Amino acid sequence: MPPIISISQLSKTYSSGFQALKSVDLDISQGEIFALLGPNGAGKTTLISIVCGIVNATSGGVTVGGHDIRRDFRAAREMIGLVPQELTTDSFESVWATVSFSRGLFGRRRDDAFVEKTLKDLSLWDKRDARILTLSGGMKRRVLIAKALAHEPRVLFLDEPTAGVDVELRRDMWQLVRGLRETGVTIILTTHYIEEAEEMADRIGVISKGEIIVVEQKAELMSKLGRKRLTLNLQEPLSEIPDSLEPYRLELKSGGCELVYTYDAQGQRTGITRLLTDLSAAGVTFRDLQTEQSSLEEIFVGLVKDKR
Amino acid sequence: MIVNHRAVASIYRFEMARAWRTVMQSVISPVLSTSLYFVVFGAAIGSRIQSIEGVQYGAYIVPGLIMLSLLTQSIANASFGIYFPRFAGTIYELLSAPVSFVEVVVAYVGAAATKSIIIGLIMLATAAMFVDLEIRHPVWMVAFLLLTAVTFSLFGFIIGIWADGFEKLQLVPLLIVTPLTFLGGAFYSIDMLPPFWRAVSLFNPVVYLVSGFRWSFFGQSDVSVGVSLAMTFLFLALCLAGVWWIFKTGYRLKA
Ligand SMILES: Nc1ncnc2c1ncn2[C@@H]1O[C@H](COP(=O)(O)OP(=O)(O)O)[C@@H](O)[C@H]1O
Ligand SMILES: [Mg+2]
Repeated sequence: MPPIISISQLSKTYSSGFQALKSVDLDISQGEIFALLGPNGAGKTTLISIVCGIVNATSGGVTVGGHDIRRDFRAAREMIGLVPQELTTDSFESVWATVSFSRGLFGRRRDDAFVEKTLKDLSLWDKRDARILTLSGGMKRRVLIAKALAHEPRVLFLDEPTAGVDVELRRDMWQLVRGLRETGVTIILTTHYIEEAEEMADRIGVISKGEIIVVEQKAELMSKLGRKRLTLNLQEPLSEIPDSLEPYRLELKSGGCELVYTYDAQGQRTGITRLLTDLSAAGVTFRDLQTEQSSLEEIFVGLVKDKR
Repeated sequence: MIVNHRAVASIYRFEMARAWRTVMQSVISPVLSTSLYFVVFGAAIGSRIQSIEGVQYGAYIVPGLIMLSLLTQSIANASFGIYFPRFAGTIYELLSAPVSFVEVVVAYVGAAATKSIIIGLIMLATAAMFVDLEIRHPVWMVAFLLLTAVTFSLFGFIIGIWADGFEKLQLVPLLIVTPLTFLGGAFYSIDMLPPFWRAVSLFNPVVYLVSGFRWSFFGQSDVSVGVSLAMTFLFLALCLAGVWWIFKTGYRLKA
């Protein structure tokens, strides 16, 4: 099956001269949940905004459902629903009016039953006549989701959907996302939380400084991302690592007082038991130990290094 | 040209609903202020002014007053209509929707023009309660009303795109349009001015609008109707060119 979204050599340089995207290539398959993972400022919103028609690309192309987003913008945009990162809503409109408005704006015939269902799915039905400015932040986000779904899109973009969102809405949202996927809707979400990408996505793309560093099935990426570090505080400082411990690729730190072992926490065998046995065989003793997850930043650095 | 007619209808309805929500500001206040003009200029001062070219002063100022509010209302409605989504960030939805720029302009300008025409008609009805009014050329009256409303709603749309703050939104109407209207013969015939100032007035575009509109009421005008009509179309063409330029360059709409 051809990809539902195809992005090729997409670059964006803002008028300030800042290059936010550097020749991005990315294909999204029909019906998948794709997570775009990257730190703040990586270019996630820029990428989404270009696909949705909010920002003009500097060069490169995008097709949605085979429709070029410039030449055939109507057909492309009809397929897309967008929940933006910022809580931007009309203040004085009622919930019902603003969601119906979105449906009409996207060229769909009025369908009160569908709008009703959407509002009910998002627990907004009781608030249908409320003015948006009277709603809480979480409720406003629900309204934005309802607006994005009002025209029955085939592709849904969720830009940092859980930033500042309470547990209940998070749960509802993931339930909704899974339900949408059942009906064949393709979902692309951005996040800077690894856990979130892990929880939701089928496939994950990592973006950093405007470049897509890696795109992989979740399971494969998780094993790469899931590196942990075991630090051993030694009784006696070592001047060098004994030859018998060579295979563990240990690092000596703090002037020989610490031994650091990096391992894959998701792997079948972490190698810790064997390491500890071999350590005592080599006569190395330790006072204390800690393990820690590598941070996203470190992982990015690692990924970039792996790639080059 | 209009493919997504549902989108045009949605935006139009949204804009009209906004006016209805703020009916105090958008309808009642212009009507009230006009009534005050009638009381002050028409009744109080007008009783001391002789008729101008055979038209009673109270009636003479009616077309100018309507024109004044038509201009300011068209600009205010259209500029606010497009500026506010930019300011609030809700413009993202408009930009990501399957609508063309022409459809967006038609919807916003259409709604703004409709509102100002409704206000103009209410003012006309209000005026008819104070003075005897006779409209010689009703079809032309409506034509001038429509043309002016559309032209200045387009102008307002351009201002709403250009403005990057609420001050700028107020600036043009306050510093340019209102003075030009007051000096444009809304309350007098420019023939009453000394020759030098009359010549200067001819550079004021509003003179042509007021004059043409007044002609449709009383059958007499400061400048010929043909010239008035031509000038109105000229402004319309200028505004269309401005809007077209915004579309071509994506000026201030898209990064
Ligand atoms: N309109 C703009 N003008 C100039 N720079 C921008 C603009 N929008 C975003 N940027 C810059 O582009 C980079 C990427 O931004 P963004 O796509 O919002 O990142 P993310 O969503 O991954 O946090 C950031 O450094 C940001 O400052
Ligand atoms: Mg972002």
